[in-house]
Amino acid sequence: MAKKEYAFYPGCSSQLKASASNYLVSTNAMCKALDVKLTEIPDWNCCGASVGYCEGGELPRIAINARNFAQAETHLPGQDIVATCAACWLGARESKERLDASSQLMKETNEALAAAGLHYKGEVNIRHMVEVLIEDFGYDELKKPMKKSLEGIKFAGYVGCQTNRPFGIDGESFENPLYLDKMVETFGGEALTSYDQKVACCGGALAFSEPEKSQKQIRDIVESAYDHGAEMIVTPCPLCQANVEVYQSEINKKQGTKLNMPVLYYSQLMTIAYGGSAKEAGLNGQLIRAEKLERIAGK
Amino acid sequence: MSNANVQANLSNLARYQNNFLREVEERVEEGHMVKMCMQCGVCAGSCPFGPDWEHSPQKIFMMIRAGKREEVLGSDSMFMCTSCYNCIVRCPRELPITHIMHGLANYAHRLGLAPKGQPTRVFATMFWNNLTKKGRVNELTLTLGLYFKDGLVSGIKTALGMQSIGLAMLLAKRLNPMEIFGGHGVKDLKGFHAIVAKAKEIEDRKKGFTA
Ligand code: SF4
Ligand code: SF4
Repeated sequence: MAKKEYAFYPGCSSQLKASASNYLVSTNAMCKALDVKLTEIPDWNCCGASVGYCEGGELPRIAINARNFAQAETHLPGQDIVATCAACWLGARESKERLDASSQLMKETNEALAAAGLHYKGEVNIRHMVEVLIEDFGYDELKKPMKKSLEGIKFAGYVGCQTNRPFGIDGESFENPLYLDKMVETFGGEALTSYDQKVACCGGALAFSEPEKSQKQIRDIVESAYDHGAEMIVTPCPLCQANVEVYQSEINKKQGTKLNMPVLYYSQLMTIAYGGSAKEAGLNGQLIRAEKLERIAGK
Repeated sequence: MSNANVQANLSNLARYQNNFLREVEERVEEGHMVKMCMQCGVCAGSCPFGPDWEHSPQKIFMMIRAGKREEVLGSDSMFMCTSCYNCIVRCPRELPITHIMHGLANYAHRLGLAPKGQPTRVFATMFWNNLTKKGRVNELTLTLGLYFKDGLVSGIKTALGMQSIGLAMLLAKRLNPMEIFGGHGVKDLKGFHAIVAKAKEIEDRKKGFTA
C-alpha cells in the first residue's frame, strides 16, 4: 500500500494535555498502522468552534479558517486537510463552501489575510478523518493490519451531531448513519445497531453554559446505551466524548444514578485492534476506564 | 460597547424605518434567506433544548416578518441553539437555519440588545476572547473564567463543585495546569491578530457597526 499523506488539522482539544489528547495519541498510532503520514498544518489556529459566532461574527470566523487553508496550501501543497474534531471539520468546511460560493467574501477574506502577508487561492479540500478511513481505505483495507479482535465487547455507536450534520459522510443518512457500527463490526466488536440516541445532541458547547439542560441530554445518551446492553460508547467527536464521559459523575451526584460507561474514540478501538498498547491507544486518558479493552490490549 | 456607539448604531438603522425584514436581510448573516421560510414547523420540533425556549426558529422567522424587532433581538432563544444542525437537514426550503440563528445572536449581541447575563452569551464572548488572544483555545483559563464569571464567591463554589472532574482530567493528562502561564498558541501571533482585526474592521464597515 502506498503511503498516504495529509495536512493534519488536530484542533485545540487534540493537543497534548488538552481534553482530547487521547484522541490525538490514538490517531497517531492508528495512522502509523495504516501507513498514513499526517503533517500538522504549520502554525494552525483555532477554527472558532460552534460558539465563535456570538462575538466573532462572520468574516473574522471565516478569515481565521482561511489562515489555516493558506498555510496548508503554501506548505503542504496538494494534500487534503484532514480534521479529527467534528467542530473543526465543520467550521473549516463551512468556511470553504462560503468562500467558494462568493467572490466578494473571498476578496474580503484575502484582504484580511494580507494583513499577515498571506493569501488563499481557494484550492484546499477539507475532510474528516472518518471520510479518509472509509473513502480512501474502505472497510476491507482497514481490516488488513488487524492483529486482535474486539470480540465480546458490545458497543453503542454514538455519532452525535456535527460529524453527521449538515455534511455527514457520503452515502450515509442523517437519521441513521451506519459507518460507526460497520467499523465496530470490521474489528470484531458487537455493534448495537438499534441504539436510539445515535444522532442525539449532547448539548455541545452549551454543556458549559447550560449544564442542566445538557446533562439531561447526556443522561439519555448513556442510559439508552445501558438499555441496549452496551458496555462502551464509541464516538468520532471530541466534544461528544468529553461531554458524555466527563459529566457522568456529576449526574450521578445530582440525580443518584449509577452511570459508569466508558466512552471511546473509534481511533482507540482501531489502535487496540492493530495490536497497539493501552498507552498507544490513550486508554490511560479515560476518566471511566475501559477495562475490557485494556484486557485485550494486554493479551 | 459605549453608549455613544449604541446611539450611532441606532441612527444607522434609521433607514430601515420599520422594515425589520429588510434590516435582517442586509445585516444578519444569511438573513436574506429568512423570506424563504414557509412556516411548515418542521424546525420547531428539532431543537434539543426546544422545550426550554420561548421562540423556535419558525417563530423567530415569523416575528421577523411581522416586524417584531425588540422581541426578536431581545429573545434568548438564539443563544439556546446547540448547533446540532437537525433543522438544516430537515428544512424543506433549505434555509441555513443554524447560521441565521447564530447571525441573529451576533447581531443582537453587537447592538447591545441581547439579554444581559445570558449564560451562553457570556460563555461565547469569553470563548472568542480566549481563542483570539493566543490563536488557540486555552481550556484551563476558559474553564476558570467561566466558573468565576459571577464573581469570586460563587466562582469558588462552582470550582469546588467541579473539582473532582478537574482533578480527574489532570490525572488523565487531559488538562494542563501550566496553561495558566500561557499554554498553547500560534507562533505568528502578530499576524493572527492583524487578520482578526482587519476582518472585524471590514465586517463592521459593511454592516454599519461603529464599534
Ligand atoms: S423547517 Fe424551514 S420552512 Fe419550515 S418553518 Fe422551519 S425554517 Fe420555515
Ligand atoms: S441547530 Fe440550533 S436551531 Fe437548529 S435544531 Fe439545532 S438547536 Fe435548533
